[in-house]
Amino acid sequence: MASIKLENVQKAFGNVIAVDHLDLHIKDGEFFTFLGPSGCGKTTTLRMIAGFYYPTKGLVRFGEKDMTRVPPEKRNTGMVFQNYALFPHMTVFENVAFGLKVRKIPVNEVKTRVQDVLHKVRLEKYTDRQVSQLSGGQQQRVALARALVIEPQILLLDEPLSNLDAKLRDEMRSEILRLQQEYKITTIYVTHDQAEALSMSDRIAVFNFGECHQVGTPTEIYNTPTNDFVARFIGEINLLSIKVDRADEEKVHVSLLDGSEHFVVHNHPFHIALEGKKEQLALSIRPEAIKVLDNYMKGPNIFKGTIMDVEFFGSVINLNVKINKLVLQVNLLNDHRSSNFKEGTDVYVQLPEDQIRIIPMVSGDVT
Amino acid sequence: MMKNRDNRLTLLLLIPVILVLIAYVLYPSLRTFFESLQKDGSITFGNYQDFFTQASKTNLEALWNSVYISLLSVLASALIGIPLAFVFNRYDFPGRSFFSTAAIMPIVLPSLVGVMAFMFLYGETGLVPNAIKDLFGLEKVPFKIGGISGILVVHAYTMYVYFYMTVSSAIHKIDPSLEEAAYNLGASKSKVFWKVTFPLLTPAIVAASLLVFMISMASFSAPFLLAGGFRVLSLQIYFSKINGDMEIAATQSVILSIVSISFLLFMRWYQNRKDYRMASKGIGAHRSEVKNPFIKWTMVMIGMVGVIILLLPHFTILLLSLVPDGTWTWQTYPTIFNFENYRLLFEDPNILKPLKNSLLLSVIATAGNLVFGVLTSYLLVKRKFVGKSLVDILVMIPWALPATVIGMNLVFAFNEPSIFTFGNILVGTFWILPLAYFIRHIPLIVRSTNAVLEQLDDSIEEASRSLGAKWFYTFRKVILPIIMPGVLSGTLLAFVESVGEFPTSVLLYTISNRPISIEIMNQLRMANMGQAAAYGMIQIVIIAVVLFISNKFFGVKAEQSLS
Ligand SMILES: Nc1ncnc2c1ncn2[C@@H]1O[C@H](COP(=O)(O)OP(=O)(O)O)[C@@H](O)[C@H]1O
Ligand SMILES: [Mg+2]
Repeated sequence: MASIKLENVQKAFGNVIAVDHLDLHIKDGEFFTFLGPSGCGKTTTLRMIAGFYYPTKGLVRFGEKDMTRVPPEKRNTGMVFQNYALFPHMTVFENVAFGLKVRKIPVNEVKTRVQDVLHKVRLEKYTDRQVSQLSGGQQQRVALARALVIEPQILLLDEPLSNLDAKLRDEMRSEILRLQQEYKITTIYVTHDQAEALSMSDRIAVFNFGECHQVGTPTEIYNTPTNDFVARFIGEINLLSIKVDRADEEKVHVSLLDGSEHFVVHNHPFHIALEGKKEQLALSIRPEAIKVLDNYMKGPNIFKGTIMDVEFFGSVINLNVKINKLVLQVNLLNDHRSSNFKEGTDVYVQLPEDQIRIIPMVSGDVT
Repeated sequence: MMKNRDNRLTLLLLIPVILVLIAYVLYPSLRTFFESLQKDGSITFGNYQDFFTQASKTNLEALWNSVYISLLSVLASALIGIPLAFVFNRYDFPGRSFFSTAAIMPIVLPSLVGVMAFMFLYGETGLVPNAIKDLFGLEKVPFKIGGISGILVVHAYTMYVYFYMTVSSAIHKIDPSLEEAAYNLGASKSKVFWKVTFPLLTPAIVAASLLVFMISMASFSAPFLLAGGFRVLSLQIYFSKINGDMEIAATQSVILSIVSISFLLFMRWYQNRKDYRMASKGIGAHRSEVKNPFIKWTMVMIGMVGVIILLLPHFTILLLSLVPDGTWTWQTYPTIFNFENYRLLFEDPNILKPLKNSLLLSVIATAGNLVFGVLTSYLLVKRKFVGKSLVDILVMIPWALPATVIGMNLVFAFNEPSIFTFGNILVGTFWILPLAYFIRHIPLIVRSTNAVLEQLDDSIEEASRSLGAKWFYTFRKVILPIIMPGVLSGTLLAFVESVGEFPTSVLLYTISNRPISIEIMNQLRMANMGQAAAYGMIQIVIIAVVLFISNKFFGVKAEQSLS
């Protein structure tokens, strides 16, 4: 087991810079996720940790040890590939035993260790099967067992669930978590699926275009995104381009770019992300944080609007509310009030000042 | 940008591959070219000038004949192969699958044996013309093949298979819904054929045409036995070499190579053009059952006759091999049949020698091909290095060059000591033949191995390495076992082709390493038909057994030997 440090890592393929300015510190025993859209450099980063690519710049350390140029076979990492990469000419047993045989472990010990890990992934009945005779989920378990049996310092998983259907995916998700906790192994998990990332990880690094935008726990990432990319990539969000009118000790007053619609926000780091001061700012609020009032009330951030459409999802109702030129998405839990909401109905909505967050825009304009 | 350690490994593997390619592919070709520039001790284009302006015009005539006969061969093969592909892929009738298997039987005949069979069947004293003559009480044989007609018939018989195979697979890939859509839009049957089906098949037909053209340009065995006074370029090279006109042989080789290589380049260009074949997944063409009993049974009849014609050469060889030599002289038909020829073959060490030679030569060449092919293919498919396309081209050269030219290249390169042979002269020794077979079959094995390696996901190798295995261990325990079935099938095909190889053998053999093909030629010269046929039969059996094994155990279809 080991912690992992990436220090100012860059990886270029010819002219394409796949990863740049990357500094990460992954703690011992942590379940750490690389999250980001396809092509953002997650796999490249993972492969630098596995040793399949060497960084163009920067250092990779396991613990304090510099591993930057160590070949993959000397890193003692267990890797689970997207397509599993099981050896098709071997049985389940032979696949799992491969890493132990390479390490010249005595035959008896190989046997017990393989059986032990196959028991842990619940495949003991399939020991002598050819891997081609297994289902997708079972192949996935073999891949996990094969990576775990060598007792690696680090477990690397590259979109391991993307080839499974929805139901199996849920099952394997908890399976992977269970195994990770059982082995207490430092794990890096790559995915483009935010739900997977939020539900499984101790911490998440959000990537885009080869840069890491934010590192944090799932709650931090969801509640206090550092910029509009992170905010939009994880969950749903309303983003309004705004300018700051004035700020005092307690409150910040902002309005839309044309000066209409005033909003008040708490002046607290939780609500104001002040990274670069040059960027265009946006007001962000999650759709479930917006309140729909039964009656008009006086107060800050209360607006009159009209319901444009209603989408019914069972437990949740999705409204699009038009306020002058703005359209806000509002998610409500389905209680008995919900039948009141019809297309064309006038409502009052409140953007609670403790739910708003001002963030810089890094990925171009919105509404 | 790649890892140093891996770069070093790539280089280490690359060095032997490049050395072999330079020493045995590039250098011999350059030697021939250099030789063609030698005239009266100076370096000129004089030989080329002579080639085109010579008073007797023999060379020009040979070049023209080669082109002309190749065009006719393309036409004849297309006329047989394309309709057959349609009938077998679009209609279902009793015996269809048997007939379609029989349709590829010409490929189990080594070229020389096939030509010999045609000679016995349809030549001057051939069984068929004579049978017809006797049957109808004619004065003279009604027809006979020889010269251009002989070459053409043999070419059509062996080369229609290329059309049949490529067009069949193209038909198979056409999504039937395309044609159904056209019918649905109100198009008539012939309109659908000419406006939809045929355009979709054009790429396959063009590819097959170019291939057949190249193969007939290079064809050697058929002209060798049947040409009579008819001159073709591949044969002229052989004559020039026999007469000792080495510079002329070199010039002819270069010109023949240029024609072949231009066609190869044209073919590559054509295949790389974006074409509109669609990757619709394996719905496969529907075969319609033939309902009309008259048409159905006519088709079956035609099928039977076709099978008889296709298998007659094999049968003839078998029959003749049972006729003891000296018992069939003035009679129209042989009268005595027994196993004398086979008995001699296995009892007389002198007669057995060529069979042993053939097997030994082919085993050596094929073993070389296996090692070299796997290594080269691994580098080409799985490794990055500068100059890869150059290696790729060098590997393909032996495929583009006519066998006769490869033979001549070796004559020019290794009839004197060279560093590539550690200062030895190879021509006239045992080793020149395995070398020639090896070179001939480099492209076949590399390409068949490429195909399996491309299927192998890179992550398999990476998985092994991340589990702690070094490269060589990974290669032995993971990569090799996975690709072995595919590789072996290519290797077996190379072996089969080596056993039947004639053109390079005839240029390079010595008395002590003479292979079966050469002995067949010798026996024919001595009019020992029976013994020649027995050798031919042995070749056919070896080929059939090997193809059967590779089909049975490696799931290889015999037709893959064609691609
Ligand atoms: N071996 C490679 N050669 C060239 N470019 C590559 C290579 N691997 C990845 N890239 C490029 O680097 C970028 C990041 O790719 P990758 O790490 O695979 O993204 P992800 O796994 O996040 O989808 C992409 O633009 C991709 O095209
Ligand atoms: Mg990826």
